[in-house]
Amino acid sequence: MGRRFLAYPYHLWTALFTVIPLALIVYFAFTDRYTAAFTLDNLRQAAQPVYLGVLWHSVWLAGVSTFLCLLAGYPMAMILAKSGVRYRRMLAMLIVVPMWMNFLLRTYAWMTLLEKNGAVNALLAFLGLPPIHILYTDYAVLLGMVYNFLPFMILPIYSVLMKMDKSLLEAAEDLGADAWTSFRRVTFPLSLPGVYAGTIMVFMPAVTTFVISRLLGGGQYMLAGNVIEQQFLAIGNWNFGSALSVLMMVLILLSMVGLSRYDKDGSGGYFL
Amino acid sequence: MMRFLRHSYTAIILGFLYLPIFILIVFSFNASKSRAVWEGFTLRWYEELLESEAILDALSYTLSVAVISSLVATVIGTLAAFAIYREMRPFERKLSMNLTYVPLLNPDIVTGISLMLLFIFVGMKLGFASLLLSHVIFNVPYVILTVLPKLRQFDRNLYDAALDLGASPAYAFRRIVLPEILPGILTGALFAFTLSVDDFVISFFTTGSGVNNLSILIYSMARRGIHPTINALSTLLFLTVLALLIAVNMKRGERKK
Repeated sequence: MGRRFLAYPYHLWTALFTVIPLALIVYFAFTDRYTAAFTLDNLRQAAQPVYLGVLWHSVWLAGVSTFLCLLAGYPMAMILAKSGVRYRRMLAMLIVVPMWMNFLLRTYAWMTLLEKNGAVNALLAFLGLPPIHILYTDYAVLLGMVYNFLPFMILPIYSVLMKMDKSLLEAAEDLGADAWTSFRRVTFPLSLPGVYAGTIMVFMPAVTTFVISRLLGGGQYMLAGNVIEQQFLAIGNWNFGSALSVLMMVLILLSMVGLSRYDKDGSGGYFL
Repeated sequence: MMRFLRHSYTAIILGFLYLPIFILIVFSFNASKSRAVWEGFTLRWYEELLESEAILDALSYTLSVAVISSLVATVIGTLAAFAIYREMRPFERKLSMNLTYVPLLNPDIVTGISLMLLFIFVGMKLGFASLLLSHVIFNVPYVILTVLPKLRQFDRNLYDAALDLGASPAYAFRRIVLPEILPGILTGALFAFTLSVDDFVISFFTTGSGVNNLSILIYSMARRGIHPTINALSTLLFLTVLALLIAVNMKRGERKK
């Protein structure tokens, strides 16, 4: 060998642009805003009821939207996996295309749809139904999350279902299992790696978002992402903002470790 | 019966995914500012769009950042992938791969903030340079992860043979390795380009005043309320993406034949 030096530039790169930036966040999280002395006050501030409430609300909304994505996405993934080759390819493509549209525009579209005189209410009026006013509420935020992240749930489940050994289903059928039993006992357990991958890919962006909550929740609406953004860009308290960011990282790390424990063979269905 | 259910469910999901985009497109041609009433066809919003300096500036920032950052990230990522594949001890490689995955697993908001802190810490003024650098930084891991699998398929004896026959490492890399892994590199570059065009969160934290890409501009416009020029902009962007996707797929279909 003797050309080890080829590896050094990349070590330097990751040290500079991955390790040091994260170390800076940790540093700010554990130091005082004015004296730069070590402190746990920033974390204590995050434990105040106001902020705990916001954190809990973010986790709750992200959890509900993940569940809704699973509920709506799983059948779609199954339909995809069962279709013929040509139809399947087209369908998968159709599901991916909206993801190529700018994320902000997709969210903005729901602003125009849901507003008081928007298309949704026009449609409801046309059907003789009363209008709904969900823009700037939890429901609009949930809708925005499900809309933006649904493909992230469908695709990993679909890719795991595709890899599944179909003879297992035939065996279940031969042994007398009805459709529901073979789904419950064979298909679903085998698709769990995809479900875990999808869960992470939906939950993570949902719990840290500040765009969906700002646009569909309104100016006063606060999720954890909004508090972090506000601390850095409006209030200028980097230390508290960093403490919240560290908490988010820990939360996500824990949920990933928790989920990967169940993904024993590590065959998580990543679709990239 | 099952067939009918399957088709209706597919229709519902696709409707859910496409209806908002479809309505956005239709109302970009609406003469009225309203989003509910159709008052006739107009191209007024497209004219306003093309006359808006802010939007044209943002478009040129988006494209220049995407082109430069994806090219630079492709070069750095390819070399890094080669170094990871070829020049590292197993332990070193594991550590390096884990560090490569960190930006992918970290929420964007954390990556954005951490880079902002870095730039401020070293005294770099937030603006075009910091925006460009952060796009290079978040693109590199994606290039590495598309190039590495290609390298693993590559028969490393060929490279060793070239060295034994007296080729310099750089020459052997260029003439032997590069042609083999080129498809992976191109995929990585394309991937990096689209990620860069689409990014909002990291750009939002690492840019400075006066330097807005399209995402940032859309965010600040949408925060102020709804305006038909955004609809016109969405329509153009959506159609561009659609055209690109169709073109790429047709190319692929041709190659298969």
